[in-house]
Amino acid sequence: MDLCALVCRSIIVFLISFSGIAWGELVIKVTKGNDSPTKIAISPIVNVGNLARFDISRLVENDLQRSGLFVATPRADMLSFPSMLKDVYFRDWRLLGTDYLVIGKMSRKGSEKIEIEFSLLSVASQKVIFRHKVSGSDAQLRDLGHLISDKVYNAITGIRGIFSTRVAYITAIREVDGMIYRLHVSDVDGAREKLMLRSHEPIMSPSWSPDAKQLAYVSFETGRPAIYTQNLATAVREQITNFAGLNGAPAWSPDGTTLALVLSKDGNPEIYLMDLQSKKLNRLTQHFSIDTEPTWMPDGKNLLFTSDRGGEPQIYKLNIATKAIERLTFEGNYNARGSLAPDGRTLAMVHRKTGEFHIAAFDLQTRRVRELTTTSLDESPSVAPNGAMLMYAMKQEERGMLAAVSLDAGIKYILPARSGDVREPAWSPFIR
Amino acid sequence: MNKTFTANSLTVLLIALLFTACSSTPVEEETTDTTTIQESKVTTAVVEAPVEEEVMESEVLADTVFYFDFDKAVLKDESRVALTQHARSLKESPRSIRLEGHADERGTREYNMALGERRAHSVKEFLILEGVSSALIEVVSYGEERAAAYGSNDESWAMNRRVELK
Repeated sequence: MDLCALVCRSIIVFLISFSGIAWGELVIKVTKGNDSPTKIAISPIVNVGNLARFDISRLVENDLQRSGLFVATPRADMLSFPSMLKDVYFRDWRLLGTDYLVIGKMSRKGSEKIEIEFSLLSVASQKVIFRHKVSGSDAQLRDLGHLISDKVYNAITGIRGIFSTRVAYITAIREVDGMIYRLHVSDVDGAREKLMLRSHEPIMSPSWSPDAKQLAYVSFETGRPAIYTQNLATAVREQITNFAGLNGAPAWSPDGTTLALVLSKDGNPEIYLMDLQSKKLNRLTQHFSIDTEPTWMPDGKNLLFTSDRGGEPQIYKLNIATKAIERLTFEGNYNARGSLAPDGRTLAMVHRKTGEFHIAAFDLQTRRVRELTTTSLDESPSVAPNGAMLMYAMKQEERGMLAAVSLDAGIKYILPARSGDVREPAWSPFIR
Repeated sequence: MNKTFTANSLTVLLIALLFTACSSTPVEEETTDTTTIQESKVTTAVVEAPVEEEVMESEVLADTVFYFDFDKAVLKDESRVALTQHARSLKESPRSIRLEGHADERGTREYNMALGERRAHSVKEFLILEGVSSALIEVVSYGEERAAAYGSNDESWAMNRRVELK
């Protein structure tokens, strides 16, 4: 019996260790939530004819709770599971303290598609806020669920939801034949992790194209750093640069035609633009110091970048047409790797004031710095396309992990990986 | 009890084997020719002195990793001593070398790539000033992507702020 238990356990351990490092929606640990979250009930969506392979209502609950703005009414507390308006007894939901209720049902549409009709109801005003239909193939069930989350989140908060977006990230795992580096893309809840590239040499700096169809990144596969682009649907890759020295920090322009990047072919790191069609280079900086980590302003006419021309890394602004440069950050002795919110005003960056590296939000108008994180060795901030949250990398118990924090620092969660180091999250643009 | 017995019997067996070996030597001594060949082989090996000199030289040049302070690319005194010797040997027998620059994990990754390169360039410039041809030197920075030590502490960070000569 003992032996059997041991064998069973080993098999389980084996399965876990071979199921990859996907952080998965179930392992997300919310460390800090909103002080007064909105209470929402997701009545289980009726699964006519057992169409769905998993609980789509649970996925919506998890999405909304992870935003930190909502708390879901436990299913066990519900007195009924209505799927149509006529079955809703608002008084029951009011007694549970529920502010909003989502009801819906699923049905087959033609032979290929599944359709979900759902409604968001306000319990207080006893009104239907919206009715909506979504449809997709069996393989798109998760997408349908995330779309429902997006619609509900948007209707209640007025902010566009990011539950249908993705995240690219790098893992580094020590294996029998040495360190293995991988580039992954997964849903933003960690599900459906896809391997994009595996290498014995470092992979770094993933950057999304604005249409979310391609990634640019740095790979050392030739023994030297070079910038590549890769189409996510076709897996077609192209080597974009192969210069002596650094080839790094690719950043896609808002119109998708140009990459800002860093080359040191002329001696030291400078910011360049490369036209992706003609491959023509335009050198933007001329300085003996380190100039790196370009990030685009939403207008496509200015860049923010990191430079130590003042003696330590700080954030500078560069006008592409005039090449005029202005120093923006003065607070703290290390400000680098900016990621701009879509409003073009809030810059998330790596910030060090005393000894510790944290993620801070820098307001480009007031020039004020707010520290957002309190974890260890925080780096690589990447702001969500709705500007509500950011993801970043940090170290806990000597392992690299991803974490998320809202831009008001009110909501925090960690996405622990099962093994190895996870680093450099890059939040995708809106997919649709 | 069982184990002791086995061990004892093994010892007995070994001693017996040794005796058999010893007793068999006189049989070999009978052929005088083979003994002469063996002796001459030993003498040739002793005469080849240059082999030993080469070993001595590589011992002096063993230092191929040069360490740096945080966010700095200034060569330390001990690095200069070792690099002067590398420069001398590279001038005497030129070969292509690769300088791999590294940084510790603190700070941002792309900035650390630049920092690793700056460190490797410090080493390269020193070698060029000592007369090594720049055409022989390739510089590659790995930033913080290839740690030598994996801890998040001062000792590991000091080990990782380095340039490796390869």
